[in-house]
This record gives sequence, C-alpha cells and structure tokens, in this order.
Amino acid sequence: MPKKIKQNDWTKPAAMAIPKEGYFELEQGRYGPVFPKTPACYGFTIIAKVKPGKVDTVRAYSKTIEDAVAGDPHCLAVLKLHYLRWVLFDIGKETYFMYQGIFDTDFDKYTEDAVELFSITGITTVFVNLEGFPEDWKTNTPAFVKFVREHQRPSFLEYGEYPFVSADEIKKALKLKAAFSAMLDQMQ
Amino acid sequence: MLELDDIQYILLTRAPALTGRYVFLSFQNPEGGRAWLAGIHEKVHSVQAARASIEKDNRWVSVAFTWNGLQALGLDEASLATFPEEFKQGMVARAQMLGDTGDNHPDNWIGDLASPDLHAIVILFARNTAERERCQAEHQKLIDQCEGVKVLSSLDLDAIPPLEYSHDHFGYRDRLSQPVIEGSGEEPTPGSGAPLKAGEFILGYPDEKDQSANLPQPEILSRNGSFMAYRRLQEHVGKFRDFLRENGQTLEEQELIAAKLMGRWRSGAPLVLAPEKDDLTLGADPQRNNDFTYKKMDPHGYAVPLGSHIRRMNPRDTGENMNRRRMIRRGATYGAPLPTDAPEDGVDRGIAAFIICASLIRQFEFAQNVWANDRNFHELDNERDPIIGNQDGTLEFTIPKRPIRKKITGLPAFTSVRGGAYFFIPGLKALRYLASLGSKNIL
Repeated sequence: MPKKIKQNDWTKPAAMAIPKEGYFELEQGRYGPVFPKTPACYGFTIIAKVKPGKVDTVRAYSKTIEDAVAGDPHCLAVLKLHYLRWVLFDIGKETYFMYQGIFDTDFDKYTEDAVELFSITGITTVFVNLEGFPEDWKTNTPAFVKFVREHQRPSFLEYGEYPFVSADEIKKALKLKAAFSAMLDQMQ
Repeated sequence: MLELDDIQYILLTRAPALTGRYVFLSFQNPEGGRAWLAGIHEKVHSVQAARASIEKDNRWVSVAFTWNGLQALGLDEASLATFPEEFKQGMVARAQMLGDTGDNHPDNWIGDLASPDLHAIVILFARNTAERERCQAEHQKLIDQCEGVKVLSSLDLDAIPPLEYSHDHFGYRDRLSQPVIEGSGEEPTPGSGAPLKAGEFILGYPDEKDQSANLPQPEILSRNGSFMAYRRLQEHVGKFRDFLRENGQTLEEQELIAAKLMGRWRSGAPLVLAPEKDDLTLGADPQRNNDFTYKKMDPHGYAVPLGSHIRRMNPRDTGENMNRRRMIRRGATYGAPLPTDAPEDGVDRGIAAFIICASLIRQFEFAQNVWANDRNFHELDNERDPIIGNQDGTLEFTIPKRPIRKKITGLPAFTSVRGGAYFFIPGLKALRYLASLGSKNIL
C-alpha cells in the first residue's frame, strides 16, 4: 500500500490507485490472492453474462432480497456490508449482471459464511442464472469461490471521503450522536 | 452408523498414555513404503478395538500420510487428483496464509518437516516410557527390513507433572472443550454443544449440511478417513513468566493476566463463570467448566477479553456457522518442564498437536487464518491470538475493564511454530488398500 495513505485518519479524504492485478503485493489467502483494503474499504465487482432468457428472473429477484431484508433487517449482517449495487447492462445483444459490494471484511476470510448466506437468502438464485456458474455449487464451495474470483474485476481507483471507516464505527458514531442529542433535549 | 471397527482410534478415543513418540518417515521407493505399511497396519487400533481393551493395552498406534506420501506409495495420478487442493499443496505452501511467517516460517522448522520428502507419520502413545522404548525397538526392526524407508526425525512426548490432569508448559489445564460426534456413544459436557454430524470429522458420512460430496477416490480409500493438521509449537516459558511478572505486581495479578490471555484461569476455571478469583473446584469439574456462552453472559469481554485465546478459537454463540468450524484436537507436550523459579534456559519444549477435521480449508485453515491471525477480529484492530497467533512484537492485547480498559502493547511471542504438516489419516481398510497397491490381488 502507498505509504502516503494513512489507515487511521478518517478526517482526510483519500484516493488510491490500484495496480492492474488488484493488489500491491501478492498475499495468498485460503482461496487465492487477498485484495487490499482501500479508502473505500473492501469490496468486489463481479461481472458475468446472464443466461439467455433469464434476465427477467434475475431482475425479479431484487424483490425477494428486498422482502428478506424487510423481514429480518440483519439477515445480511455476516457480510459486514456498507452497500450493495446490482446492475444489469447490455453489450450488443447480450445482458450482463454486475454485483458490486462494499464491505468491511476481506472476502477470502469469510467465504464459506458468505456462500451459506447466499444460499439462505436466495442470492444464489441470481448466480445460477449466470453463465459458467458451477452446477454443483451447493456441495462444492471451492468451485463457487473460483467462479466469483474469475468474474471479479478489481478496481484501479478507489476513493473514500471518510477513508477506511467501518460500517460498525459509523453506526456507533450515529448512535452516540442520537444519545447525545436525546440528552440535550432532556436537559432543556 | 459409524463404522467403529474401521475408523482409526485417535479420531474418537483418547489413549490413557503418559508418553509418546511421533516418527516422521520418508519412502524412497513405493515397494519399501508398502512393505512398511503392511508390517505396521495391524498394530493400528480401530475405535472399537481400542475401546474394548483400553484398560489392558499399553500402546496405541496411528498412521497417516502426506499427499506426497500417498504418491510415494504408488497411488495413481487419477486418485491423487481427487484430494483437496490445500492437502495437495501441503502446509508449507500455505504458510503465509496460516501466519507461518517471520520466526514461524517453514525455513525455521526442524526435523525435516518442511521437506517434500516427508511422507508419513506414526503416532505412538504409550502408557509408560519402558513401553515406548519397547515399541520403538520393534518399529526400528520393521524399518530395517524395509528398503528405502528412512526416518526423517522423531519427537518424544511426555506428560508434565503434576500428572493428575493434562496441562501445557505454561500451566494451563487442557482438553476442556471438545466437540462430540453423533453416534460415537459419547455425551457432550454441558456447554460443549449438541453432538455434531460425523461428516464434519470423518469422511464418507453426511456433515452438518447433509453433504458427503467431493470425497477422495476410490471410496475405499477415503471412507472412515480424515484430514489432520500437525502443529509443533515451542512454548517460551521463561519469556511467558517474565511477561506475567512485568504486568502483575502480585501473584494474584499475575494469575489474572495469565487468565485474561487464555480466557480461563490456569486451573481451567472459565473467566465467564469466575471473573474475579480462581476457582479450583470449578476448573476441575467437567460438568461445569465448559458451561458458558458470550453473547448474553459477557458481550463486551469484561470477563473474557474479546481477543483471548479461547474466545478466538471458539467464539461460541458470537460466531457464525459454528457447527461448520469445529475440530477435534489430540496431542501431547514435549520437552522437560522449566522449574518454577528457573530463568529461560533455551530448551525446546512445547506442545505437538493434531487438529482433525473433514476439511482443512474450511475448518483448520479458517481457524488459523481468521480466528488466530486476523488482526481485526471482533474489530480489535491490532491484535492476534496472544497464545498461538503470529506475534512480532508490534501487536497489542486489550483487556476490557471498567472504568478504563487496559491495553498491553508490544506483546511478545510466547510460542513459535517449529514444524507442521497436513496428513490424511485413512481408515483401517484403506491402510490395507494402500499396502496392497501394485499387487494383483487388491484385498
């Protein structure tokens, strides 16, 4: 990581240019190279082609996730997410799916937990409609992980207005602000 | 139904042994290796056999192989290819991810354990030293008869006095929390969780996800087998005691620091149940000494620090998918104990342990990579496991405390990895299958 970027200073917005490989130094995780934490935390961008005729199925699944989170707002907690963005776009006559997640853990570390969660919440239903997704994904975590890694496109620039701050820290700060504000109200 | 007459005893049974020896072997040709295996496999106890005669037996033998070892015995390429990637690569290739860097790096391992020529291990546990020496002489005779079988190294194991209970060189009571396998006939102690599906630990049975897929082939080779990570950890007892003295003015304070690092008093009493003072009776009572959780009983770590050893190695109700992360631990201590008042003498002493699980990458490697060595585990920021994590002197250990937490900086390394390997521990039929490879009448 470039020395000029400090990890513990959230007051200074920071940008980071990332080498082509997606990492500065090769560090092996359990399933492959570990991608670095950037001012925009950890994350991935998975891009894959949607199987012919399955675009509507993929699109319709957003409603399922919406309902799942409404039913249990903490159902994705294990992923330590900040944001998820699901995008469909066309290249020629083909449609591609982009799954972009920004989160606080190195994905390699909690891979099996994520796969488990994908199964429970039905995110895998989206994946099975993508070309090249392993048919035996339920019993073959390494094949699932291989698909994700092969379709991951690392960023070459990431920026954070409040760099390296975790979602937990943000929530703690907001909680403190709420408590402080309630206290001031009561003192009036 | 578990095939207890085929599973090697060590997976489900603990031998009442006070001594032992691990012998690490290399096969220079397949015939020699197979002749050696043919000569030893009948000495290997199944679970059933060990249980039937545990009172009268004096020695217990287990045999396991590295991936290179299976190749050296002449297992065909098609079968070798069906083993999981991490096992094929071996522990040395996985060193960086496991935290085996710096002082723990395989370059610093001893006994040729980092060598690709490491093919097999024989684990001998014996009731006493005389029996160990007798078995060793017998084994040497067998080796002498088998051309091309070479002993790379061996390690003698000895329990540390007082012998009434199992503990390591630092003095911590051991063997307090073990998962129990469904159908094994054992009852979990309170707090150890419900029995787990056999497939979490033994190949060929459904696991917690009701799967038994992706097994090494042919089935006769993998059924009733398991994978085993070996870790030889040197314990720097003098340095550990110095640290306690530097961080605690009275003996009571020193004991508390030792307890905070572990999450239990050295007696075994868990801090969740005995946060202020040691409780020897509690520590020795298996019906009580593991009966606790964290989420409600100690959410902020005021009793058991979030980064302490037992909270990392088994986060209990604060971890995800815990039933997919459990492991069976076996092993023993080696080296002469350091007398209580003696300064560090540089003698190599420690624990040499086996972690047994159906998936090295999902169970052992996860525990090592995430629980032991993730600096940001539980949002701790700059910590690793204080006992077995990779410590280079730059990390911290936080002890939550009211009104102000205590933060120890520059935590020293109390242990160093001195060897390790991944082994496949086959069932008894599979041992015979391996011994008969290359002959026309398999079985």
